[in-house]
Amino acid sequence: MSVQEALPLGGLATGQSGQFRADHVLVAEMVKPGSKVLDVGCGEGDLLQLLETRGIDGRGIELSREGVNRCVAKGLAVVQGDADTDLVNYPDDAFDYVILSQTLQATRQPKVVLENLLRIGRRAIVSFPNFGFWKMRLQLLIGGHMPRTENLPASWYDTANIHFCTIKDFVELCDAIDVKMERAEALDLYGRPLRLRMPWWVWNLFGEQGVFLLTRGGGK
Amino acid sequence: MVGVQSIPSPAITADERSHEVDHPSSQVAQFGAEQPLRLDCGVDLSPFQIAYQTYGELNADRSNAILICHALTGDQHVANVHPVTGKPGWWETLVGPGRPLDPQHYFIICSNVIGGCMGSTGPASINPATGKVWGLEFPVITIPDMVRAQAMLIDRLGIDTLFAVVGGSMGGMQVLQWTAAYPSRVFSVLAIACSTRHSAQNIAFHELGRQAVMADPDWHGGGYADHGLHPHRGLAVARMAAHITYLSDAALHRKFGRRMQDRELPTFSFDADFQVESYLRYQGSSFVERFDANSYLYLTRAMDYFDIAGDHGGVLAKAFAGIQTRFCVVSFTSDWLFPTSESRALVHALNASSARVSFAEIETDRGHDAFLLDVPEFFDISRAFLESAGKARGLTAKNA
Repeated sequence: MSVQEALPLGGLATGQSGQFRADHVLVAEMVKPGSKVLDVGCGEGDLLQLLETRGIDGRGIELSREGVNRCVAKGLAVVQGDADTDLVNYPDDAFDYVILSQTLQATRQPKVVLENLLRIGRRAIVSFPNFGFWKMRLQLLIGGHMPRTENLPASWYDTANIHFCTIKDFVELCDAIDVKMERAEALDLYGRPLRLRMPWWVWNLFGEQGVFLLTRGGGK
Repeated sequence: MVGVQSIPSPAITADERSHEVDHPSSQVAQFGAEQPLRLDCGVDLSPFQIAYQTYGELNADRSNAILICHALTGDQHVANVHPVTGKPGWWETLVGPGRPLDPQHYFIICSNVIGGCMGSTGPASINPATGKVWGLEFPVITIPDMVRAQAMLIDRLGIDTLFAVVGGSMGGMQVLQWTAAYPSRVFSVLAIACSTRHSAQNIAFHELGRQAVMADPDWHGGGYADHGLHPHRGLAVARMAAHITYLSDAALHRKFGRRMQDRELPTFSFDADFQVESYLRYQGSSFVERFDANSYLYLTRAMDYFDIAGDHGGVLAKAFAGIQTRFCVVSFTSDWLFPTSESRALVHALNASSARVSFAEIETDRGHDAFLLDVPEFFDISRAFLESAGKARGLTAKNA
């Protein structure tokens, strides 16, 4: 199913005018209308606003005070908090979906955070920049320096991102903690899904970021 | 002898102040013997009255009512000239045409709390059983008692569900008590610079204030009214101590530093050499013009007793289980009386109850008092929260 088929928002993923980011549109499309959603690391609330247009009851946590206050000033239900320390305060099964959009790599304990996401939510949607992306590999291999991209412009010494991983790494983590992947997408530099069904290693090379819809595995 | 300048006597007489106690310059709801107020201490208070102000008009489906809960030394005169001091209403920054709480959109109610001294029954009122001022014969009241009385007023006004309950500090405690006691009657709440329980440090400051009042010989064991006196020195000291807790080190330093008051050199006396001393003395002496000393004792006591978790088996989240009310919690970075950690504990409990909550901490050096001052970020958040709640409630922009 393509993004355009699923959404009445019109041509966002193909670069036409639109107020929402393509990766947000993809995430929103994974959420069933009428659900209750927690967006962890919700930034300035763009994704929550998109979810609201789809009749979804959205809540948010954001680390930065400025981000929180902008969200609250937009009328969103957002609280100041830290994914590493504040998720423990939420009860089991409190949400239908918990979203962690472009935030996993900035947490101190990604594994614990991921486990908490799937404790609080029946499903989790996780997106993160793929360090296996060919441009990243090339910068390290040829340039000999830590990779920087349009989406991750910070230098190694002032980045908030402390736990980078590749799509392959993430898939292995999910296996290790018995998390089931219901759906996986790799996005290109512009946030558009790679259309073709390809093996993991191809996605790991050509996906600039990965987006995963996760549920609890049956093994535990 | 070293020069001493004591706090001046109030310009307004005790008679002028006490006139508002029984004959307030606002609307009054009387509750007779058939409608006693059940107090937590076990006493039925009856008869009693609640003085209140309203702004704007109640809409046809009675869905646009906002109750404002005032802080320790506030009153019902939110957005009109104060009948005793002649100063503007205490929350005109937030309430008024074009402000976040706009009477053109909402029906805004604010009542003087039970135990207060601006027209609602309190220790300065006349005890109908004796024909004399209640004084310390008045039963000790709690925050839940204040809210119970407000609910009776809301019933009287024919309102089932309040669109919002809004308040800061002690007003915020009442806001939270509303959600704990009457969750289905409150659509949304704005709880500012407050806590679900009074901390040991705050109880300590209140005890200091009460002891200052009681140490004044004019207090007469609470019976000063019978002697035609008012312990204005003790009450002024209490106010001065409390006022320091409403500010911050940074705000005091910015406002006054070590600057001298109308002089170049120290006088080598206990005169108010420093601007900050002069300011505090002014705060103390202007406060006693409009406030009753016993009322101050009762209201500080009510705050001390406040502990929502304590009323729910020690688990705060239990107080909010299954609640549908929309919460907006606001704290200020330099508030050390009700620090952000208190708001965060509330937010964690609300999260655990899966309540819909927004929480913003606003950066300011103005301390606890920031909620009464011109802080644009706070207004933006209040406005957006109420607008968003209004949309969910089905209130249109010109729903008056």
